Amino acid sequence: MNATVDLPAADLFVPVARIYGEAMEHLPQDLYIPPDALEIMLDAFEGPLDLLLYLIRKANVDILDIPMAPLTKQYLAYIDSMQASNLELAAEYLVMAAMLIEIKSRMLLPRPKLGEGEEGEDPRAELVRRLMEYEQMKVAGQKLNELPQAEREFYWVETLVEKSLYVRLPEVSVDDLKEAWMAVVRQASLHKHHKIGREELSVREHMGIILRLLQERGGFVQFETMFDPEMGAPGLVVHFLAMLELAREKLVEFTQTEAFAPIYVRVHQGGTESGQEGA
Amino acid sequence: MEPSLVKKVLEAALLAAREPMTPLELRKMFDEELSTDTLRKLLDQLREEWEERPVELIQLASGWRFRTRVEYLPYLERLNPEKPPRYSRAMLETLAIIAYRQPVTRGDIEEIRGVAVNSNVVKTLEERGWIDVVGHRDTPGRPALFATTKQFLDDLGLRSVSELPPLEQISQTLELNHEN
Repeated sequence: MNATVDLPAADLFVPVARIYGEAMEHLPQDLYIPPDALEIMLDAFEGPLDLLLYLIRKANVDILDIPMAPLTKQYLAYIDSMQASNLELAAEYLVMAAMLIEIKSRMLLPRPKLGEGEEGEDPRAELVRRLMEYEQMKVAGQKLNELPQAEREFYWVETLVEKSLYVRLPEVSVDDLKEAWMAVVRQASLHKHHKIGREELSVREHMGIILRLLQERGGFVQFETMFDPEMGAPGLVVHFLAMLELAREKLVEFTQTEAFAPIYVRVHQGGTESGQEGA
Repeated sequence: MEPSLVKKVLEAALLAAREPMTPLELRKMFDEELSTDTLRKLLDQLREEWEERPVELIQLASGWRFRTRVEYLPYLERLNPEKPPRYSRAMLETLAIIAYRQPVTRGDIEEIRGVAVNSNVVKTLEERGWIDVVGHRDTPGRPALFATTKQFLDDLGLRSVSELPPLEQISQTLELNHEN
């Protein structure tokens, strides 16, 4: 079966044959192929699959029934001639040569029966699958290339937006205003003279108030009850300072039995009771 | 806002854009809510209005954009005689395999083409912004998986990978033109 299909040798190396009219079946040493021409041939093919496809398509044989013997012969002739002219051959070409020879020899052997009525796989099946898949992608690549491409078949439209014709006034937000005002205030505060004025809240005065209160309540009062929220924050602070001042001057003392227990204020045991009224 | 004014605003924005504009971006320009249907209808109207002009409004993978019609290229080219380089067959075949079989590894590409993948080819495609690495296959060596990008679809005027030319049924015996 393999021998029945004849692959015309003259078609094999069309670029060479066309230029020099020489058949490639000769022995390598008889061939005269200028190295340039071989390089062109090598360039023309994208690898062993591409070369095989070319041989098969040229011979117009059924890809599902590839005649292995003539195909292998032609393929080997091709790579022989390339090696003869000392062109470095990509390893893939040699791998393919080995694969072709393997398939060819396996086809000479009877196929092992797998089961009843089942025949083993054709040794060419894998090669055919790869050839068909490669060809599909090769054609797809050509199709992609035919699609109109940006900057090659068409350009994107970009209209100039002349921004300078449109006068933009700076925008002012409320936050910007506030920020500016704060800066003014801050600046002003830096230049402010330090004036010493009359103390509106006197620590001394509060010291008196405390001592008087203590007296009214019997000299022993829970700390918190000494503070009246109605005094307002400044009042409370002054009141507290007054309390500390009284303690420092040993006019009152604080007691607490244990941590977090209520704190009590009482008139200092050793000191005078009402002698330190402040102004 | 009058629909005719909305349409004009859309037109101005699309003409001024340097990138394809997504519906989301287009909607941003309006205070009022612009429904998907309305937007689509207005864009379709715009496209019809430009039908007689040398420029067309097209929908791409990443949005809408105006472009010159292909038939005017021969004239436009004369303004800028520098021809963009044609891609090699190796480049086109690699691109085709990534486009049609994505995501693929280098190994997958080598398996189909039967030759080693030239790293320049991959690099050129990456630099063009047409392919990128979308992950790694969970096999020894964790090879990178390549896929095509939105930019690739945009540059070819496509909305999605499904719009790529259908794969040819490979004929069994028919002789192919071997142009190269």
